[in-house]
Amino acid sequence: MNEYAELSSDLADAAVDYSPEGRGRTVVVTSLASDSHTWNLVFLQLFLEELGYDVVNLGPCVPDELLVEECRARRPDLVVVSSVNGHGYQEGLRVIRELRAHGELVDLPMAIGGKLGVGGAQDTRYAEELMVAGFDLVIEEGAGTSAFRHFIESLPQRALP
Amino acid sequence: MNEIVPSSGRAVSRRERGGFGDFVLRTHASGGLVVQPRMGFSDPDEMRTGLIATKEASATTVGTLTLDSYTRVGDREAARRALRAGLRLNGYPIVEHGAELTRLVLNGVRGPGFPVQVRHGSATPLNIFASLIEAGLDATEGGPVSYCLPYGRVPLAESVRNWARCSEIFARLRETGREPHLETFGGCMLGQLCPPSQLVAISVLEALFFYRYGLRSLSASYAQQTDPAQDREAIFALRRLCAELLPEADWHVVVYAYMGVYPTTPEGSYKLLARAAELAVATHSERLIVKTVAEAHRIPTVAENVAALEYAAAVAAMARPARGPSLTEDTQTYVEARTLVNAVLNLDPDIGRALLRAFQHGYLDIPYCVHPDNRGQTRSYIDGDGWLRWAEIGSLPLSHVVKGTQPRAMTSAGLLDALSYVQRKFDGAAPSAIRRNDLRGKSGHMMLARSPAVNPGSGVS
Repeated sequence: MNEYAELSSDLADAAVDYSPEGRGRTVVVTSLASDSHTWNLVFLQLFLEELGYDVVNLGPCVPDELLVEECRARRPDLVVVSSVNGHGYQEGLRVIRELRAHGELVDLPMAIGGKLGVGGAQDTRYAEELMVAGFDLVIEEGAGTSAFRHFIESLPQRALP
Repeated sequence: MNEIVPSSGRAVSRRERGGFGDFVLRTHASGGLVVQPRMGFSDPDEMRTGLIATKEASATTVGTLTLDSYTRVGDREAARRALRAGLRLNGYPIVEHGAELTRLVLNGVRGPGFPVQVRHGSATPLNIFASLIEAGLDATEGGPVSYCLPYGRVPLAESVRNWARCSEIFARLRETGREPHLETFGGCMLGQLCPPSQLVAISVLEALFFYRYGLRSLSASYAQQTDPAQDREAIFALRRLCAELLPEADWHVVVYAYMGVYPTTPEGSYKLLARAAELAVATHSERLIVKTVAEAHRIPTVAENVAALEYAAAVAAMARPARGPSLTEDTQTYVEARTLVNAVLNLDPDIGRALLRAFQHGYLDIPYCVHPDNRGQTRSYIDGDGWLRWAEIGSLPLSHVVKGTQPRAMTSAGLLDALSYVQRKFDGAAPSAIRRNDLRGKSGHMMLARSPAVNPGSGVS
């Protein structure tokens, strides 16, 4: 399972059309605690930077507590969780519950994408459960770009102090 | 005529101990190539079924226990919870299952004619070594650098300490009359886009690390990259460096079928696997780790693994060793790798400290590796002929060896292009956007989205 998320490759289509609308906004790009893949993270960082976002790349194997800490400290405009190792569903559920339990992170836009289970496209129930648990966007690999683009475009502007 | 120093027959006493390395060398001596899956299931029955199927495949095989990611990062609680909840893990949780159960899984399957290797990817592998030794196993793989930098957040210094300790403990199996075998994973760094000379250098340095800590049965890995001629050059460089620097060890070379973004079509993935099998035979390599048609999508089934093993073995049986670069030819890859290895070894008499200082100084520096202990000043690119080259050498001590590098800005599209070069080449040259649309139409993947603007309670703006 060395292939990084096809989410990433699908997103490449979108890069062409974007104006640097992300200027001044911060996106946290992260993996989950047991996921060691990094090409997906490197790609997402470049991709989002080209759109003008400030990207904080937390790297591989990010423990739940670290992600929560980083979100509380940085108050990003968006968190993109990229998971490739097949534990995305299990760990995604765990981390979103942990994160949403913090009052100030209840509204933080959270997207997750990649290979969410070990069984490929047959694991379709995972997306729904992840949404119910609090993700705002779930993209399984190969799903295409349009919803992700719409999602980024509709992100609320940061409330300036 | 190629002069390949025979890697077998040096130490009869070791041969008598048998074990993983000996099995591979004996197979090679009789003209065969050992093929091996990367197989791991959380369910013990399924794991046993997989091992039996591997053993019974029409090929000379060794078995694999690939561990799950929770065990790899030492999160025993997560592994336990998943097992209790009946969730499938992405590998075999050897620590949670325990020695007794693992012995049952292996009982009657593992033996002198079917050794089994544990594969994991951990920079904190003490529990894993303890579990595999307790279960009676004596072959595994990894390395202080290759199981640390690409895979997590463990500081390199901690990984070096852990691997030194584990290697020492593992080597003591020799006192019990067994011959523990350790493989370097250094030839696979990040799977793709690391220029071959640095893969060879790290693989050799990790083999030396293991040797210094007492291991005598070793294998050095190299993962298939973007061009077969360059790969042949790299593996001959690896063999030459092993022969020069490990004259007293029993060693063999293990080739990995491509570790990067894999073709998505069955034709493409079989073609790529065939090239890997030919590469192994051409370079007198002794063992091949296969990939399957499912690789791009999910964890392969037992049947898919067996199909890949048998296909690779059939291709290998028809392939012939290459004349190619000889053991005495100073190819560009050899000169670069040798320069890197020498520079690192000269940093400190203790090889663990030498590796640490090498990364501090940027004498080793993995392109696109995000680990904090990697300097991140090097860049690579695929040239017009398909060779993987240095675009920027950062502080690597190669300035007199590598000529004409040109820094080039890497965009997300450029990175994606490089990452999917092999996939495109083997799936056919269809424009990637069209292929993705086709896939989308057929697969019915799901996507769910809610607009943040209508998210209940959303009031950020």
